[in-house]
Amino acid sequence: MDLKPDMTIMDIINEPTLTYREIVLNLAKFAENSVDSITYPEREADLLRRDVIFDMGEGLTPYRPRYCVPDYDLFFKNGSKFLELEPPTDIWSAVGNLMCLYHNLTGAGALPVFAGRLDELLEPFITDEAEAKKAIKMLLVHVDRTIGTAFLHVDLSPRKTRAGMIILELSEEMRRPCPNMTLLYDPDVTPDDYALRAIECGLSVSKPCFANHRLYSSETKDYAVVSCYNVLPTGGSGMTLTRLNLHRLPALASSVDDLLERVIPEVTAAMCTVIDCRIRFMVEDCHYFERNFLCKEGLVRFDDEHMVGMFGYVGLAECVNAMLGAKDKSERYGSCEKADALGEAIMDKLAAEMSKYKPKYGHYALHAQSGVTFDTESSPGGRIPIGDEPELPRHIAQYARMHQHCVAGCSEIFPFDETAKKNPTAVLQIIKGAFSLGARYLAFSSSDSDLIRVTGYLVKKSDIEKYRAGTANLNDATSLGYNANTYSNLFARKVRKTQ
Amino acid sequence: MRAPVNKIIPFSFVDGFGNRTAIFLQGCNQSCLYCHNPETINLCFACGECVKICPEGALSLENGRVVYDIKKCRLCDGCLRVCRFCSSPRVRELTPSQVFDEVWPNLPFIDGVTVSGGECTLYPDFLRELFTLVKAAGRTTYIDTNGQTPLWPLTELLAVTDKTMIDLKSGDDGEHRKLAGLGLPTVIRNIEETARLGKLYEIRTVCVPGVLDNERTVRLGAGLIARYPEVRYKLIKYRPFGVRAGVLDGVPSPDDAEMARLRDISVSLGVTDVVVT
Repeated sequence: MDLKPDMTIMDIINEPTLTYREIVLNLAKFAENSVDSITYPEREADLLRRDVIFDMGEGLTPYRPRYCVPDYDLFFKNGSKFLELEPPTDIWSAVGNLMCLYHNLTGAGALPVFAGRLDELLEPFITDEAEAKKAIKMLLVHVDRTIGTAFLHVDLSPRKTRAGMIILELSEEMRRPCPNMTLLYDPDVTPDDYALRAIECGLSVSKPCFANHRLYSSETKDYAVVSCYNVLPTGGSGMTLTRLNLHRLPALASSVDDLLERVIPEVTAAMCTVIDCRIRFMVEDCHYFERNFLCKEGLVRFDDEHMVGMFGYVGLAECVNAMLGAKDKSERYGSCEKADALGEAIMDKLAAEMSKYKPKYGHYALHAQSGVTFDTESSPGGRIPIGDEPELPRHIAQYARMHQHCVAGCSEIFPFDETAKKNPTAVLQIIKGAFSLGARYLAFSSSDSDLIRVTGYLVKKSDIEKYRAGTANLNDATSLGYNANTYSNLFARKVRKTQ
Repeated sequence: MRAPVNKIIPFSFVDGFGNRTAIFLQGCNQSCLYCHNPETINLCFACGECVKICPEGALSLENGRVVYDIKKCRLCDGCLRVCRFCSSPRVRELTPSQVFDEVWPNLPFIDGVTVSGGECTLYPDFLRELFTLVKAAGRTTYIDTNGQTPLWPLTELLAVTDKTMIDLKSGDDGEHRKLAGLGLPTVIRNIEETARLGKLYEIRTVCVPGVLDNERTVRLGAGLIARYPEVRYKLIKYRPFGVRAGVLDGVPSPDDAEMARLRDISVSLGVTDVVVT
């Protein structure tokens, strides 16, 4: 999706790369955007107009939370009155109930972004592994062919489970971009043989990614990784994702001091106000939490702990480089201590200012946003720009340092050359090292894979060729991948040659 | 104490167990026909040819030495191409603790270090000091060697060395001399002694079709390591990439069938872990 904003209804209907369902969703988005539902204060409206703050295309009428993270454990325990489902009793009713719930989840893209900590959910129902494999395959085929979005995320628990092994095996067999997948990895809990199995799978089909479970669970006890590496409380909502375009700030600042002491406090307060306006509208004018069965049945909870206003940002590197007038790579963000120190100071200030704001609903958390299709002037979150990557050890340490405050998630992608496939132990050692330094999340892949990670989601290179030829295909992220590569040259991410 | 360091690769996936920092020392006591990095063979004697052609001005002649400015270098390799003496001006004379300082930021991510070359065993005291530092940091130490330096008398070095990786370039003394310039007996004894000590990670044979008696080499190698199941045999396809011109011109890489045949021979002789690459 991600269509050009000036498209008419007939343009949408006649767009040959859209499936029928995508046409319907785009027509609905067209309707949402036909009314200006939220009135922002003048300062906030101005910053939105000038693209300092970006609403992430959520639209002008946010009538439901952007991301829905249902409490699947509770759903399995109680079933659902609204969906007329009893608690599951075997592997078939377990996957059947999940399919029913997936199709009744809400979200800004009208599609689910979290499919559950699937191995943990299904493990108790495995009696016969061959039968379990059939059932899980049915579930995965179903979500790929009907939900078909690479923003749908499956989490795997840190423990080695039979269900987890089956899911990895099927992911490698099926070679599909949907669902996206993350292993919640804790070196103290996850055995090496299971982590290595996941790495082999990752080098083959670019998933799962690894999340630093020890770190994330210390901040959000029961959390999920959803969509593009958003980290949210289970049973909660990512209410809205509003984004601060840090690369726009140098034009507003007269000096580094001015940036840190005046500009950032101002734009951070404005960001918080925009998020607040959007959430108030959702809660007070659209009554989502009063009416939807997910909330009535406790699967999504209406309290400050579970409702998250996601404070996104991009363009830290571009902001730093512009403020310092850094030309040569040795002076730029990622390769220069002075630049990195400024990057860290900006992030510290942003986090401190954000925490001063008292929102009416929920709490706010920082998210290093991984980019949208038409970004050409900014790198995702605090990532080092493509082409500026330093050597890997420095790159990883810098990544950990710049994303310390990203409680609501961040990511970095490391494509390795194919020698990694013969030595997954080496990749595991890198992951362990990165997590010991406080890195939150690592995505990796092998450079020869057809499945390729674009900002956060996966697309197939072969699907992109079909899209280029003007035909629709199953994964709604394919067009995003095509455009992202066209605009940002993303596929040029430095491949890590390991000799 | 210093050694000439050609380069340090922070992460290598192909130089021993797991992820390793690979350190390449300059200078070799062999000169193999198929050497893939001939610029590591000799120490620079400052003829100055490379200084003239460096487009970045990263090289200069000072007091009879070529001085290399790593900050200016863009790694275009022009200096390596122009050198007629199988050397490189991009070599730094470093102490063990200077090398360790460069390894230090990599420590969280690596299983250990591997020192290679050139031929790193030309600098046994340097190795011993560097390895002592690496071991104290809780990481493993590997030597990548052509096997021509007798290792078994170097007990202090072996005490801080976890594993060695030794080339077996030929199964015949005459052929070995023709290929590499030195003979076979020391190589064999090194393989035997390190295997016995549990300090042999792998032996490697580069297979060159039509030029070397690859089967004879593989039979010798397999016989040497078959009783040590933890030791792997790495069979490497000869590739023309990087090899000096006018030496093995026109010699092709062996095909997959030939490599499979050599692998099967080593398996049939009792080697459990054979890697073809």
